[in-house]
Amino acid sequence: MRVRDIKEMLGLELMAGSSGLDRMVQGGYCGDLLSDVMANAPQGGVWLTVQAHQNIVAVAVLRELAAIILVNGSKPDPKTIERGEQEGIPILVTNQGAFEAAGRLFMAGIGRTRNEGVCS
Amino acid sequence: MSPKRIVERAAKKGLDIIAISDHNSAENTGAAVKLGRMKGMVVFPGMEVNTREEVHLLTVFEHVSQALAMQEEIYRRLEGKNDPKIFGDQIVANIHDEVEGFNERLLIGAVDMALEDVVDKVHELGGLCMASHVDRPSYSLISQLGFIPPGLDLDGIEISTPDAKGVVLNYVGEAPSLVCFSDSHRLEQIGAVFSTFFLEQPVFAELRKAFKGEGGRKIEF
Repeated sequence: MRVRDIKEMLGLELMAGSSGLDRMVQGGYCGDLLSDVMANAPQGGVWLTVQAHQNIVAVAVLRELAAIILVNGSKPDPKTIERGEQEGIPILVTNQGAFEAAGRLFMAGIGRTRNEGVCS
Repeated sequence: MSPKRIVERAAKKGLDIIAISDHNSAENTGAAVKLGRMKGMVVFPGMEVNTREEVHLLTVFEHVSQALAMQEEIYRRLEGKNDPKIFGDQIVANIHDEVEGFNERLLIGAVDMALEDVVDKVHELGGLCMASHVDRPSYSLISQLGFIPPGLDLDGIEISTPDAKGVVLNYVGEAPSLVCFSDSHRLEQIGAVFSTFFLEQPVFAELRKAFKGEGGRKIEF
């Protein structure tokens, strides 16, 4: 699934980084402590957070993440939008909380390995 | 903790300069500064601001009026009401240790103001701004944001123990100045760690020079 497909599926609004919309999404991570995300987010993953600071773009680049979703109505700072645009990291926003958004992504198969116990 | 007991305890521990930096509030700084003057201790008014990113920033001002102006900015962007059953009473005291009132705001909360905007506001008001206890795993610039954002105009970086100096220097590099303070939340913590400022006089302008390392001023711990 591409970032573009996730955007459609969850009804996300794109704030920056449209050049990265065709990136494939492989897994995901939820976290608001950037020190934790830097250590644990999977390469190619989509990252759900409320942190709107420009450092999130650097973390996404560092971990080679597919996209950032700001959840719970959090809006990116102006500098964050600028950096996202420069780096081609899609920054998407939603009013859904991290739990709900992550749940939907997981149900859609993101981050699920085969035979993992979700009835479909 | 009350202004009077804080100043007395600091004097007893041999400190020459202290700063009062309550969470998101400067309402107790007036009494402490006044007591400092009466007892011959330099007390600077300040505040520990909890930014939108939940990063703690330590701010220090020369005058109480500046700290109160900062407080006004903070209060406008701070939501919620304190529950004394959970966080205790937030007392505003006078110089005689008498209760002047209760602060009913949720002072533990985060201010809806970005890190950079807080730093800029502090500077606009003439204060100094440091990242608090960056060696700690919570509410620190490094824990919350992973690394120190390039171009962030801090005057200093605070650590909570001299032992953290080596690790933190990896993040900070040369500038800005490192300081080590006790972040005292209880009387017995006052003076547990401290920094030595090499100044001509214990005044705010000299503090600023020490942070910049100007004219032989320096900070050691």
